[in-house]
Amino acid sequence: MNDDKVIVCEELTKQFGDFVAVNHISFDVRKGEIFGFLGANGAGKTTAMRILCGLSYPSSGKATVAGFDVYKQQESIKKNIGYMSQKFSLYENLTVTENIEFFGGVYGLSRPEIRKRSDRLVSKLGLTQEAKKLVGSLPLGWKQKLAFSVAIFHDPQIVFLDEPTGGVDPITRRQFWDMIYEAAATGITVFVTTHYMDEAEYCNRITVMVDGKVEALDTPGNLKARYQAASMDEVFYQLARGAKRSAD
Amino acid sequence: MKQLLVFIRKEFFHVFRDKRTLLIMFGLPVVQIVLFGFALTSEVKNITLTVIDQARDVNSTQIINKIKSSSYFIVDESAINYDAVSTAFKKGTARCALIFPAGFGNDLQDAGQAQVQILTDGSDPNMAKTVINYLTAILTAYQQEISPGAQLPYRIIPEQRMLYNEEGNGSLNFIPGVMALVLMLVCTALTSVAVVREKELGTMEILLVSPFKPLLVLLAKAVPYLVLSLANFTLILVLAVFVLHVEVKGSILLLFLVSTLFIIACLSIGLMISNTTNSQQTALLLSMMGMMIPTLIFTGFMFPLENMPWIFQMISYVVPARWYFLVIKAVMLKGLGFSYIWKETAVLLGMTVVALSIALKNFKIRLS
Repeated sequence: MNDDKVIVCEELTKQFGDFVAVNHISFDVRKGEIFGFLGANGAGKTTAMRILCGLSYPSSGKATVAGFDVYKQQESIKKNIGYMSQKFSLYENLTVTENIEFFGGVYGLSRPEIRKRSDRLVSKLGLTQEAKKLVGSLPLGWKQKLAFSVAIFHDPQIVFLDEPTGGVDPITRRQFWDMIYEAAATGITVFVTTHYMDEAEYCNRITVMVDGKVEALDTPGNLKARYQAASMDEVFYQLARGAKRSAD
Repeated sequence: MKQLLVFIRKEFFHVFRDKRTLLIMFGLPVVQIVLFGFALTSEVKNITLTVIDQARDVNSTQIINKIKSSSYFIVDESAINYDAVSTAFKKGTARCALIFPAGFGNDLQDAGQAQVQILTDGSDPNMAKTVINYLTAILTAYQQEISPGAQLPYRIIPEQRMLYNEEGNGSLNFIPGVMALVLMLVCTALTSVAVVREKELGTMEILLVSPFKPLLVLLAKAVPYLVLSLANFTLILVLAVFVLHVEVKGSILLLFLVSTLFIIACLSIGLMISNTTNSQQTALLLSMMGMMIPTLIFTGFMFPLENMPWIFQMISYVVPARWYFLVIKAVMLKGLGFSYIWKETAVLLGMTVVALSIALKNFKIRLS
């Protein structure tokens, strides 16, 4: 039954002492979906994401990622996901090729396989001329595209993007989302957190987290209809207004 | 395993692309060896010795000739009387003087006992002491020459001999010191910075999310610096032997083994520091203030530990470099074997284990 569900959370909770960072959240993400994860700072987005990435254990509840249990099979989860964070995350003093080879190697791909995919990727990105250049010398937009490509280099089932477009100009952001769509079309599930509400509109479905709880989960269109809002911005404002945590 | 090799390769790229760090790493020992070896030497060479010979007899002339033939002094006989010497001292043109009283030779031959006066500039006590030692040595040698084998009654001739370093080669003591200092600096500072840099860049997150084992991250970070530090150690050793003519008396293999242990201790401390901080500056500052300065002060190669108040002596016991310094001195300069240094080695080993387990434990905490 769960064949097309790549992430399943049931009553997932993470508690730090008295503080309940993630409070009984339940949702599931389907294969090939672009799943937006929204919330103000401190709403529990990052904590939830860390659990799903196999970086931390939940306090209670159940969750599986790519069919693997977050309690017992963190290693298998890690093999099947990709990750890109808000910080630009390639090595500036390695060349484009060296970065690709390194991350491919870390994920255990064989050398010939890395070389084959690396050539394909470099020419797809139009970086053939720059392949031997240090990443530090590339413009930010290209770095970002390269970072995303590296995150999905090992063909993960799911890619987690933690505010991937922070500090990037609108045109590059638009191009970046083209890449996300392209990846989703090949069957990779995209789990993305963002601050930009216009980006939220690009997602297939959206979760809005407020104070550690899932306040809303639906398509952008349905959410706007339900809250009688013209844009996601308004939806988010209505939901987040009741937040208590941002006060402290 | 393959993943680890990929990682280590990447670390080497980092190191070799960073020309400045590389320069510091290998430039530092060279500069220190040259500085300590030639500029900051505590030996006294070619110092001008003002001599007033009021006796002008065979004995005084022979002694003066002996002094002239040593490489330590340039004899200046232009001063004629005591006043001239005292003026020269005040002006600073003379820093040591030797005065033979009239009738020196007669006293020596008739009474078997004679006096000379040695004046030195006490404002530079190290120099003064060295000059007195040299002159006493020359005088003693002369006494033995003129009365070979004779047991002279009522005269005590203190025999001074510097063990392990009879030529008074000042390079000897600081070579182990430079080794400790350079290895400490390279391993601790560079390793801690290398790990913290990944945190700053955000690549640490990527690595933690990857299937790569977190502990292997630490291992991969440490390996290049271990290799480079051993290369560095070899460089210092080669410089010491071929430039400063220091003789390695003990086993080279033992030296390398103990140094590897010390390097691992320093790497562990570096990793420990990197776990407690998130910025490269803090990491650098911590390793500089926390490790470099204690290494300089509490190792015993610059300031004698025995003269320190007990509280500082206590502090010195927790400075790894102190133990390493002792071991290197014992093996390199005295040629002692493992049976003489096992205690110090055990202390180093203990420190390594403690630092490493703290580093590993903290690294795990970050993940849960």
